[in-house]
Amino acid sequence: MIFTIACKELKTLFASPLAWTLLALMQLVLAWVFLGRLDAFLEIQSQLVQIANPPGVTEIIVAPVFAMAAVVLLMATPLLTMRLIAEERRNHTMTFLISAPVSMTDIVLGKFLGLIIFFCSVIVLVVILALSLLAGGALDTGLLLSNAAGLLLICACFASLGLYISCLTAQPAIAAAGTLGALLGLWVVDIAADDADSIMRNFSLLKHYESFNRGMIDTFDLAYFALFILTFLVLAIRRLDGERLRG
Amino acid sequence: MNEPIASATISARGLCRNFGNHAAVCEINLELKRGEVLGFLGPNGAGKTTTMRMLTGNLAPSAGSVEICGIDLLDRPRDAKARIGYLPETPPLYRELTVDEYLRLAAKLHWVGNNSLHSALAEAKQRCGLNDVGRQLIGSLSKGYQQRVGIAQAIIHNPDVIILDEPTVGLDPNQMREIRTLIRELGAERSVILSTHILPEVESVCDRVQIMHQGRMVFNDSIAGLKQSQTSLEEVFAQLTLDKESSGDIHS
Repeated sequence: MIFTIACKELKTLFASPLAWTLLALMQLVLAWVFLGRLDAFLEIQSQLVQIANPPGVTEIIVAPVFAMAAVVLLMATPLLTMRLIAEERRNHTMTFLISAPVSMTDIVLGKFLGLIIFFCSVIVLVVILALSLLAGGALDTGLLLSNAAGLLLICACFASLGLYISCLTAQPAIAAAGTLGALLGLWVVDIAADDADSIMRNFSLLKHYESFNRGMIDTFDLAYFALFILTFLVLAIRRLDGERLRG
Repeated sequence: MNEPIASATISARGLCRNFGNHAAVCEINLELKRGEVLGFLGPNGAGKTTTMRMLTGNLAPSAGSVEICGIDLLDRPRDAKARIGYLPETPPLYRELTVDEYLRLAAKLHWVGNNSLHSALAEAKQRCGLNDVGRQLIGSLSKGYQQRVGIAQAIIHNPDVIILDEPTVGLDPNQMREIRTLIRELGAERSVILSTHILPEVESVCDRVQIMHQGRMVFNDSIAGLKQSQTSLEEVFAQLTLDKESSGDIHS
């Protein structure tokens, strides 16, 4: 049932111009950043040769592109998550899912999975962008994989938070604005804490992504992402269940 | 399937629903046998839609129980829901899908296996007169066709109980007649609950009629019984709901 709902999500998503527009625009922005970094690399290449143990092409070009991709996806996620529940409510199609013999868990997980599959297509596009560098040299596969894994995890976090906020309202615009606000808040939360080991730093989403970006997979970050995703998925399920009780 | 034909397919006992202090539905009892069509009447705001939402598991009742073919809706919601087909007031349609895609999705969500999917789709389309529009986007269909797609999604999994909330609203007279014929056909082998404001519709389609007013069931009789007592449904309806009509109650 989860897969049936995920398939339905993908079908309705790709039937609308939204998915294609987003994919095209994101790819455009990321390709631009990619070219900019490539240019910079070519300029400093001669100086790099003189340093002992210089940073490689993956570090200079690919890692910043992935860092940018996380920010771009942060902006795009609210547009995608607002469709999940809020729009179904407004179009009166939520009844269709609730009347069907599926549990709320199936509905929430199906919708989450559908969105993750869409995000995977974005990530694949970014990875292909990075792989194009193979034409001119070698890539650090480990660093590339750690970046891709980090991007997938942070996307899953965005999706679960957006899905929960989408459950709170029947107005897609409110869901989108709320999600954007919450995600931006989680991004900048560590700015207030100038202290390097302040506890606030631990709450910043992009902070945890940074270590993946550097090629370091830390169990602390993994645990943070896992807890984040789980918390908001459970909250979403509970919220929908509660609605049936309260009306 | 192996139950006797006359057994109750849907039975609700003491169904109540409060919204805050306001009791929207109070002590509703309802029982339907296979092959029965029930007309569900009441002025706007009487609690018809709330009752139907409770019968289909969209809303949890504050008190009371619902059984579908002997399965408790609250204890085993999924098994019970698999036997219900529901068309809400606003047909729950995905405008960006084609009719075929949408109906296939409805069938899959209602546990229709891959083997019988094709025949279920063909039958539902045939019954609702959708054969020519299978490849069209739902958003591009006229209101009448959209309503038929709504009915098709409610019957595609061959449910024992079909609950239709004002299925003929916004249709032209020909389409109305077609839908009524369809409801009668469906009612021959299943139970149908039909909510409507059109009294002649009830008289022509239903076997039994229940009238709700201010959240309570105020009338329950068979159409045959009504005919015997020489009273028209319209008189009964006016008599029961007009004198007590409260003003300002607008939600249904």
